[in-house]
Amino acid sequence: MAKHRGRGIASINYPIGMNLGGDPSQALVHSNPSGKFTVSLSSIDLGQGMKSVTRQICAETLGVPVEDVYVDTADSDTGPHCMGSFASRGTHRVGNAVMAAAKEARGVMMEAAAEELEVNAADLDTDGRGNIHVKGAPHRSISTKDVAIAAQFKQGKTISGRGIFLVPLSEVNPETGEMSPATCYAHACLVAEVEVDDETGEIAMVRMDSAYELGRALNPRLVEQQLVGGAWMGVSHALFETPEPYYPDPAHGPRDFVEYLMPGPGDICPHDIAVLERPAADGPFGAKGPGEMCANPVLPAVANAIFNAVGVRMDELPITPEKVLRAIKAQGGARPQARR
Amino acid sequence: MTKTPLQFRHNGRDVAVFVDGGINLLVALRELIGDMTPKFGCGQGGCGACSVLIDGEVHLSCLTLAETVNGRSIETLDGLKDGPNLHPLQRAFMEQFAAQCGYCTPGMLMAAKALLDRNPSPTRAEVIEAISGNICRCTGYEPIINAVLTAATSGRARA
Repeated sequence: MAKHRGRGIASINYPIGMNLGGDPSQALVHSNPSGKFTVSLSSIDLGQGMKSVTRQICAETLGVPVEDVYVDTADSDTGPHCMGSFASRGTHRVGNAVMAAAKEARGVMMEAAAEELEVNAADLDTDGRGNIHVKGAPHRSISTKDVAIAAQFKQGKTISGRGIFLVPLSEVNPETGEMSPATCYAHACLVAEVEVDDETGEIAMVRMDSAYELGRALNPRLVEQQLVGGAWMGVSHALFETPEPYYPDPAHGPRDFVEYLMPGPGDICPHDIAVLERPAADGPFGAKGPGEMCANPVLPAVANAIFNAVGVRMDELPITPEKVLRAIKAQGGARPQARR
Repeated sequence: MTKTPLQFRHNGRDVAVFVDGGINLLVALRELIGDMTPKFGCGQGGCGACSVLIDGEVHLSCLTLAETVNGRSIETLDGLKDGPNLHPLQRAFMEQFAAQCGYCTPGMLMAAKALLDRNPSPTRAEVIEAISGNICRCTGYEPIINAVLTAATSGRARA
């Protein structure tokens, strides 16, 4: 009876968004007379940071400070349509819609500023700090607040913009089955090291090392946060979570979330993450999305690590101690594979 | 049903309410005192979202009968900051990105506060032990553990 260490590797390609009905999301951007901008979305931020990222995208596109942008995701009854926050599509799909809306709003803002400064809009630029000035003549400037006031009370203009991102629906080739389900892919590779106890079947995570390629990281700290938390969720799917009973009688299964197993703070392991940035041609500022794919490589890597440790090929999730013990018994004992 | 008078200290302030027999402290805090910072998660003591301090010790308010805290001192997340100044734990949670959806955060902060109050220099293992009754679905715990260790270091630096 012994504890065996094993190492496993897995690589994944992860499509950003989907292509059912074109996967559209809309965004509306408008200013109020104080010169602050509101982005209206129906896309929901569950804590993954979509409000922060769409706020950055809007501010960058408008050329105003990020503090001057507010993102409202409150109500899908009154907001513009969104397919939803899933499939790692938020930053890419919603971000593109916000970018389009902010571009249109910027056009109106520059026209309104041009009228106030009595110049051509094409000669104007933003300084990113809340001012619009004549290119090459920074003293000829007006604040976005004054532009917003002039648009509202003098010129009768709405500084606003509409945006939608829609992928053309991809037909399936009847001969080959070929289609194009996504416009860009993120990639990941993860090495998991585990320790398997051949007496109890218990699996302890020892460490993880990963590399994620996800386009440009628009908010690096939020990306890191997603990758750390998402990998934990991957461990949870690999080793713990199931709504199905895992003992012979269904009555022995979890009845509620108290009995539904998830790894706790004592079950995590060191995880070294490298983020690789290869901007996507059709992403907002090159972004793809870290979303779901941060959990995906963990599962096959852990299964491979268990094989490396004790020689059993687990093909059903979650990989519970009971399943591991049965598999070890079936092959007549642990058979540690060559260390890789 | 007869209501029972109940007096206790709530974040340093004396409060008095009448409670129905059998209600738990979480309900008393949220519905009678109006302190919404302790969260209702599972209602069975399994998630830690409702954690509060009773006389400095961390307790699950969903499993605590309200009547049992008569004359005692209750601390919740609502009393953690000092006016406009965030508690070092809150600042560290923010700087370490230790929250995503935020639902576990009040309980995590109170469990961490109880730890740092009795042990200002905890080891990583002691931090893990202290928050092991609190479930987080988003962060993978690592940023939370780091935030508590950071707050301990900054607390020592100020003292």
